[in-house]
Amino acid sequence: MPVVELRDVSKRFAAAPAVDGVSLAIDDGEFFSLLGPSGCGKTTTLRLIAGFESPDRGEVLIDGRRVNEQRPYDRGVGMVFQNYALFPHLDVGRNVAFGLERRRVPEVERATRVAKALEIVRLDPATFLRRMPGQLSGGQRQRVALARALVLEPKILLLDEPLGALDLKLRKEMQLELKALNRSLGITFVYVTHDQEEALTMSDRIAVMDHARIAQLGTPAAIYEDPRTAFVASFIGESNLFEGPVTEAGADLVSVGGPTPFRVPPRSDLLPGRTVMVAVRPEWMDLFPPGRVPAGENAASGTVDEVIYLGETLHVLVRLEHGQRVKVALRNEGQIANPIRWNRGDQVAVAWRPEDAQVLE
Amino acid sequence: MRRRLLRWFARRPAASGGALAAPGLLWVAAFFLAPIAVMLGYSVRERGLYGGVAPGLTLEHYGRFLEPLYLEVLGRTVLWALVTTAACLLLGYPVAYVIARAKRWRQILLFLVILPFWTSFLVRMFAMIFLLRDTGLVNTLLQRLGLTTDPIQLLYTPGAVLIGMVYGFLPLMVLPIYASLEKLDDSLLEAAEVLGANGPTRFARVVWPLSLPGVVAGCLLTFIPALGSFVPSDLLGGAKQVMIGNLIQNQFTAARNWPFGSAAAFAMMALVLVAVVGYLRRRDAREVVG
Repeated sequence: MPVVELRDVSKRFAAAPAVDGVSLAIDDGEFFSLLGPSGCGKTTTLRLIAGFESPDRGEVLIDGRRVNEQRPYDRGVGMVFQNYALFPHLDVGRNVAFGLERRRVPEVERATRVAKALEIVRLDPATFLRRMPGQLSGGQRQRVALARALVLEPKILLLDEPLGALDLKLRKEMQLELKALNRSLGITFVYVTHDQEEALTMSDRIAVMDHARIAQLGTPAAIYEDPRTAFVASFIGESNLFEGPVTEAGADLVSVGGPTPFRVPPRSDLLPGRTVMVAVRPEWMDLFPPGRVPAGENAASGTVDEVIYLGETLHVLVRLEHGQRVKVALRNEGQIANPIRWNRGDQVAVAWRPEDAQVLE
Repeated sequence: MRRRLLRWFARRPAASGGALAAPGLLWVAAFFLAPIAVMLGYSVRERGLYGGVAPGLTLEHYGRFLEPLYLEVLGRTVLWALVTTAACLLLGYPVAYVIARAKRWRQILLFLVILPFWTSFLVRMFAMIFLLRDTGLVNTLLQRLGLTTDPIQLLYTPGAVLIGMVYGFLPLMVLPIYASLEKLDDSLLEAAEVLGANGPTRFARVVWPLSLPGVVAGCLLTFIPALGSFVPSDLLGGAKQVMIGNLIQNQFTAARNWPFGSAAAFAMMALVLVAVVGYLRRRDAREVVG
């Protein structure tokens, strides 16, 4: 049985729908991310699970019970807020103990649980217990906020862009720590972020949201390697999109026309006349001198616009003959010892294998 | 020359600050400290026959201030100032809270709070007379509604003074509390809610403590002028409700006893200073400990 379930949930604010017919089920202990650009409805979805908003339509279930009318406190969820939301007038110890005090946990037990929670988030209680939030760095505040939620041992932890305000290095560290906490504590994490890399790093499954709806739901690999829509293909990582009408549906390959003709593996619904859009990841493309493309690969000729050095990879921007710009990622094999042969202005052929393109809906 | 001067200041930030603050500091020195010094001088001089002061030093005016008659006035003044402050806090806090939480109407509500300041305090107190007198709006309304046949004595009672003072000082309470509540982050309340705090607990544990700086500022801004006020008690209280402000004013005008007026004003000022500084220092100490 899923721990959290949304059944056709909708929520409107004023005129605009914030969440529109969203259904999803989150398993016990799962690290589940809601990913999307700002205004896509991911935060509202989280707040519907938390109980800060109640749905206009549909059902929110926790542990199989309908909780539409339940207040946040009764849902057994913990929450970590984007701006930490630490009580500025209480020291670290009192912040973490806040929920325990509300539950009338005896003082002795309270102290041990607070200390334990601080240790879980790797803050030394002896050092930090009496510090005020104003005396802490951003990363330390985030850890206190985490401890304050975890000390109540919730079944579900909701996190609303908790790492957004941290610098890149600290963010990467915290990502791994959060993932480790999710594993070691066995708590279900529901994580809201607009950072696709963050979602891919931590999540067991991701729901990509766009315009108040779920665009695609699946594992990081499924979402990256088999995006279902142009939005998902370009929001998660980078994609080159090609479009055209099916000209011939063969048994081995389907041919597609348009400005850049290409072929894709056959599928029963790819009938002649239908318009097809495919996404091709930059790293699944390769460059060849004109006319030297291996047999069986799709090819489009163009001119090198720019070569961008990124360290791990090199991005070559190619302008195709009809004007479309394509990005090709090449592995960096050492530009001093073994430089790539492409320079600005070179004539090249961009190539990819038919099976490396994802047909979009 | 000008450039050299600018360079001299650029290398001395403290001096630039001093130069910028100088006009304001001079203003305060000339028009606040100097008259106070003069008054301090007057308070220890003999009384002049037709007002003013006569030569000769004495402390008798301070001694006179300690007579039961004047201590009673002092006691009443402190009591009324405290009651006014408490009433303003009780009435003003919810108003400040509502304004701080209102999203669309905030500007308009704030404007309404500040609106009375556009009229002189004196005019506003006169307006209260028209509301409270026997043929005033309140009594007319009560009679029309049949709640009373004869007009109720409202004017020239302690109640009238209190109503006037609360009306006059309420905005001074609302504004600083509003300022501190306005900064309150909604997510703090949501964090408290998800941690198990219900409405009253959220107020007691989060909203109230975080609004304390505004409450303290509002109380001081209300209490201090209430302590020294004389217009409401003069206009609305009749002769029976003398406050220390009336006493002081009277010494400088009708009674023509400038030294005693100065001594009373000084005793009052010292009292306020000791009370406020003592209160603030205790608060600071508590914050460091707690």
